[in-house]
Amino acid sequence: MAKKTITPTDEFVKGLWRDNPVFVQVLGMCPALAVSNTALNALAMGLATTFVLLMSGLSVSLLRNFIPREARIVCYICIIATFVTSVDYLIMALSLELHRALGAFIALIVVNCLILGRAEAFASKNTPARSLLDGLGMGIGFTLALLFIGVVREILGSGSLFGYPVLPDTFQTWTVMVLPSGGFFAMALWLLIVNRIKKKAADAARKPAEVTA
Amino acid sequence: MNDASYWSIFLNAALVNNFVLAYFLGICPFFGVSSRLETALRMGAAVSFVMLVASVCAFLINLLLDAVGAPYLRIISYILVISSTVQLVEMLMKKFSPATFRAMGIYLPLITTNCAILGLALFQTNRSYGFTQAVVFSLGAGAGFVLALILMAGVREKLELNEVPDLVKGTVAALVVAGILSMGFMGFAGLGR
Repeated sequence: MAKKTITPTDEFVKGLWRDNPVFVQVLGMCPALAVSNTALNALAMGLATTFVLLMSGLSVSLLRNFIPREARIVCYICIIATFVTSVDYLIMALSLELHRALGAFIALIVVNCLILGRAEAFASKNTPARSLLDGLGMGIGFTLALLFIGVVREILGSGSLFGYPVLPDTFQTWTVMVLPSGGFFAMALWLLIVNRIKKKAADAARKPAEVTA
Repeated sequence: MNDASYWSIFLNAALVNNFVLAYFLGICPFFGVSSRLETALRMGAAVSFVMLVASVCAFLINLLLDAVGAPYLRIISYILVISSTVQLVEMLMKKFSPATFRAMGIYLPLITTNCAILGLALFQTNRSYGFTQAVVFSLGAGAGFVLALILMAGVREKLELNEVPDLVKGTVAALVVAGILSMGFMGFAGLGR
């Protein structure tokens, strides 16, 4: 492989922060905003996506020498759709209530740009083991991002966390956070924080260089 | 069969439950191509066309799948139909309007992974719309998508001329604008029921 210098740990860790799918690459926004109105929905969606990421990454990577270049996107989509269908039926079997809360968004994992993006950019060029690590890292990064948005929206919007009340009764809940527009605002807030941290780190990295120059 | 009237299906899809601003479907092209009004309009037209074709195909496929008793093939067949339609639109556009084709760039093939289209196909199946209802639903969804895209592009063109702090520039500003637009669309709640 061309990337000999990158250790397996790096493949895993990069998805958590440096290349976080939601906050840095801004991929997979639709589910990130749509089902993050409560922390539980966000967690379930994140786990389902992680599963599909892992399995499709593994399959694409195993089949990478057999898939013709011209027809690769169609092949990837078929692989992804297969695993999404299994997740859809799995969630339906485990909890009908959750399946209803997530609605069509489980099926919509198929068109999550993150999964196709990883299949195309990573799994089609790397070994199965590395693809699994990459998928796991990206999946956990995605789940964490969803959870962050979900926690903010649930605490402010319904005054609870995972269904348990965490704020005193006197707190006037911000209904807007549960509504669709709350998703946009919560996401904007987190992006702002991430941008600020990154800018600070960049400034700190630049300063010593300027001194020596 | 769902007994909702055509008018209420159309209004619901276009305004009350706007695909972009209430269901968060098709967010990627929404932020990607909404910086200029003209590209936004063409993108909207392309997406609406794919929506219409996909809706008709999805209806027929669903009949077939129900007949052979294989509902688990639904997602995979829908997505294949959608990607073929997108390919068709791409070829047509390359032939008849190469300038538009270039302006849309990567976002044209990405219509395949536009959740709005697969979402439309899934919603019409879940709500068991009849054939005409499905067509009206897809027209409404397309109109809503174009409307949201145009509104967003208009605001963003104005925003370009103003001074915005570095940290907020780009996605953050776009998200806040989308949030406010979405709040505006909440005003339509209760309409067309």
